[in-house]
Amino acid sequence: MSTRLATGGRHLDRATSVSFDFNGRKLKGFKGDTLASALLSNDQMLVGRSFKYHRPRGIVAAGPEEPNALMNLGQNGHFEPNARATTTEIFDGLTAQSQNHWPSLDYDVGVVNSYASRFMPAGFYYKTFMYPAPAWKHVFEPFIRKAAGLGKAPKERDADTYEHFYAFVDVLVVGGGVAGLLAAERAGKAGAKVLLLEQSAHWGGRAPVDGAEIEGRPADAWVTDTVDALENMDNVTMRNRCMGAGVYDHGYALGYERLTDHLAPQAAPRHRLWRIRAKHIITATGAIERPLSFAGNDVPGVMLAGSVRDYVVNYGTSVGDRTVVVTNNDDAYRTALILKDAGLDVPCIIDARPHGGGALMEDAKAEGIRVETGKAIAKVKGGKRVEGVALCAQAGEGAILEEIPCDAVAMSGGWSPVVHLWSHCGGKLIWDDAQAHFRPDPAKAPTGADGQGFVSVVGIANGAMSTGDCLTDAVKGTNAALQGIGISPKRTAAPQATEEPENPMAAVWKMPQGASYKLRSKMFLDYQNDVKVSDVQLAAQEGFESVEHTKRYTTLGMATDQGKLSNINGLAILADSLNAKIPKVGTTTFRPPYHPISMGAIAGEASREIFQPIDKTPLHQWGEENGAYWEPVGHWRRAYCYQRDGESVEQAVNREVKATRESLGLLDASTLGKIIVKGPDAGKFLDMMYTNMMSNLKPGKCRYGLMCSENGFLSDDGVVARMDDDTWLCHTTTGGAARIHAHMEEWLQTEWWDWKVYTANLTEQYAQIAVVGPNARKVLEKLGGMDVSKDALGFMEWKEGKIGGFDARAFRISFSGELSYEIAVPASQGRAFWDALLAVGEEFNVTPYGTECLHILRAEKGFIMIGDETDGTVIPQDLGLHWALSKKKDDYLGKRAQQRDHMTDPNRWKLVGLETVDGSVLPDGAYAVADGTNENGQRETQGRVTSTYYSANLGKGIAMGLVLNGPDRMGEVITFPKVDGTEVQARICDPVFYDKDGEKQNV
Amino acid sequence: MLILHCPYCGVDADETELAAGGQAHIKRETVGSSDGDFEEYMFMRQNPRGVHFERWRHVNGCGKWFHAARCTTTLEVFGTYSAQTLRPPQDLLTHITGKRPGWSFSQWLETLS
Repeated sequence: MSTRLATGGRHLDRATSVSFDFNGRKLKGFKGDTLASALLSNDQMLVGRSFKYHRPRGIVAAGPEEPNALMNLGQNGHFEPNARATTTEIFDGLTAQSQNHWPSLDYDVGVVNSYASRFMPAGFYYKTFMYPAPAWKHVFEPFIRKAAGLGKAPKERDADTYEHFYAFVDVLVVGGGVAGLLAAERAGKAGAKVLLLEQSAHWGGRAPVDGAEIEGRPADAWVTDTVDALENMDNVTMRNRCMGAGVYDHGYALGYERLTDHLAPQAAPRHRLWRIRAKHIITATGAIERPLSFAGNDVPGVMLAGSVRDYVVNYGTSVGDRTVVVTNNDDAYRTALILKDAGLDVPCIIDARPHGGGALMEDAKAEGIRVETGKAIAKVKGGKRVEGVALCAQAGEGAILEEIPCDAVAMSGGWSPVVHLWSHCGGKLIWDDAQAHFRPDPAKAPTGADGQGFVSVVGIANGAMSTGDCLTDAVKGTNAALQGIGISPKRTAAPQATEEPENPMAAVWKMPQGASYKLRSKMFLDYQNDVKVSDVQLAAQEGFESVEHTKRYTTLGMATDQGKLSNINGLAILADSLNAKIPKVGTTTFRPPYHPISMGAIAGEASREIFQPIDKTPLHQWGEENGAYWEPVGHWRRAYCYQRDGESVEQAVNREVKATRESLGLLDASTLGKIIVKGPDAGKFLDMMYTNMMSNLKPGKCRYGLMCSENGFLSDDGVVARMDDDTWLCHTTTGGAARIHAHMEEWLQTEWWDWKVYTANLTEQYAQIAVVGPNARKVLEKLGGMDVSKDALGFMEWKEGKIGGFDARAFRISFSGELSYEIAVPASQGRAFWDALLAVGEEFNVTPYGTECLHILRAEKGFIMIGDETDGTVIPQDLGLHWALSKKKDDYLGKRAQQRDHMTDPNRWKLVGLETVDGSVLPDGAYAVADGTNENGQRETQGRVTSTYYSANLGKGIAMGLVLNGPDRMGEVITFPKVDGTEVQARICDPVFYDKDGEKQNV
Repeated sequence: MLILHCPYCGVDADETELAAGGQAHIKRETVGSSDGDFEEYMFMRQNPRGVHFERWRHVNGCGKWFHAARCTTTLEVFGTYSAQTLRPPQDLLTHITGKRPGWSFSQWLETLS
């Protein structure tokens, strides 16, 4: 059993007991425990079920590489799935539940999958796609959906807050082990501005656990002194619990700091995302131990050898009473020696190397530990817990020599440098045959803006395998990095470290060498996704030769641990199956983040109301107080309608439509874009921007204009008013102002930069109110001031002056077909002007109306709306807007494109009106069907609905649409199938439904 | 996350301040051009491995368009310059040739057609 030892545990505060809840059970640990160490001390080795076969899984590692111990943490708004027990520090009141099992961790129904495992080989998911469709729908999909997913999705909104920090430094050091500490110290002493990040809560990394001595003292003492020295340097910032998450272009890096995860829920931000720009990045990210592939290497109780000693030394926790060590290198002997020293039994060290190890092996033998060289584990006995191992010859096929009872296995397949950060931005790797791992290729660093490498790797992450080599490498790498950014390093030698010398390791990719299929199908590579040696071999047999394809086919390395343990072992098996060299097979791509980071940290402060600030017009508040039913339009909120007491949205819209046509309506049109275009060449410029002529517009006049993209498609429309000789005011669609202003600037700055034109977006400087209806003139006359009579201010004219004491520009334009004035006043006067209109308009039943009424009024008149009649594939010619395409101009944006053969195709769908035979409202976006079917068996189509409304004025549904040869088919009835399976017939008609001769707007 | 120097306002701008505008030094084709030439202008873009000239806009800054010369493989930035030119400045071209012996602007232009 795993248990708490009486002594030891350098991270523990044994005086402070902590209680927490695991699967509803109250457990106790100490301050300083991780959830993993606390569970182990409570003999909770079984922590989850695997993804596919629901095999029982125990804790394998002690750090972020842990694949099995994933927990649902916290409750309600603090709930988080897939948290690693090995990186979760416990606190009083912590709640954790294991994942992926039903009904309970101990008795899991899904384990039957394990017995069906031969029906779920590599590529199982993809193979199911090939069966007949009904099998997929009724058999496989429900099964896979039930099996899919490890943690539960949170149900409540995240109750925590998050923040971003920005840092600009000379040197970013990632990793607070001895190499990283030394690098930071050297850079700090040289005067560089340094940021040092360590993902765990503790400085010093592995060296103190591994028993190294630095400068003749235990590594712990050196670490303490160095941390003290660093803390006293003003130019050095140190953050622990802060992971270097990603390295990006030009020295950009992300740090992920877990501020309060180790505490009960706090008012303070939970995570902090550091957005760092560094002149140089030094990664001292250490190495991760590889598992060995033997049958049953996933049985709870089989753990990485380095992690076994982490638990003993750091947490005073033994993984088992009797631990067999299995290895291909000398380092694992340290685990045996530490276990022995802690008074625990090590029945045997199984070393796959024919001649075993060096000095450490001799130490182990001197301690009386049995060492078997050239041997392997044939298989692990036990189900939910290791009961023993079967010994065999590594060179053989697995004939069992002896069974050794034990309750834990410490395995070591060698160490792989953590090269992720180096690789994120393009650093290349080389294969080191002696250590059987990939390490950074110093000749191929990721390059920055100056073309020079901006990332260096030091320590074991760079392949320096001993503590002494790590320190030497850190000094060498830091000095070179400092010189590269123009800082002179202090010339002092690296501290000396003493360690026992080691014999070379030997690559062992499966155990035993000639293992049968039966054994290979129990050798797990990827614990979380249940990928076995036999799966990778099958993938290779089936032709998946690229490592990227094999990954996706088998799901190797695709779990939440992203292959931290499984990648090298997997690709070694793949290389072996393909009879290729490992470097030839290569690695999959390392992508940030190194380890999952929270979505909250990515969002930072930008959530809730400040996620996307809302634009509000000067009349927004009035709408809030008067029943506005809002809809988002761009970043604006516009009133869809204003509901009065007890009214439905539909009733409000119908009331507004009738009141406006019959008497007087008011629309908040402030959101329409208002761009001033000014200068000697402004007219020439607008002639290029608009399809029609704007240069010949007279001051005081207005003209409706169309804008196209260079590709010919309609992009925006609006009324242009000429202010004076060299000034035009261009109205754009709501939400189009910034886009059209940018479009104008792009052409001015990059194509016609010698034209003398100035533009300014004045949209938010004005409140604009449309005064609409037969009584529009009367209400303005009642306010008094400007002469707004037909003779003084004709249709499509504008004037500046005072109306009711307000500074006003009145535009006689109409988007409704009624007598209409759009009146702009300075934004600060908007609300007062609106209130004045409401007051004097009372006798005319003045009715504020919203966007839906606006739409209905314009649709009754057959006016197009950008975004309804247009969708980026529609040209003015499709909409019968030939009259707005100037024939006098040599050029305008889109003219050449509109001459391309597809644009001039007579079979383009064209705008028509549509009225249903039964008077009902056509569904929006419905397609009209034609005879025959296409190659997919779908009905051919001949048109679609672009705008459709109920017109209260006409008492029926009206619509516009684009129809094949539509204008030539007036009166013809076409059929629109509806979503509910029924059909509706509509007659093609003129799109102008109301006041065809336009008499009402011109009075 | 590139950093580019805005030649207008002088700021070393982070990529979050910038908007990419695609390939630079494209000649506008309009009425009177052949279908082929117009198609080339409108749609066809190069994506070379190596030296490239691009349009960028300092959208969350001074709002101005400028050009950048950079290497698409190493992300080295050779320089930025005004968008209001038909050709990169000669000293920039000399600098690039110094860094990439054998490279020439005329060759780059040829790859566009």
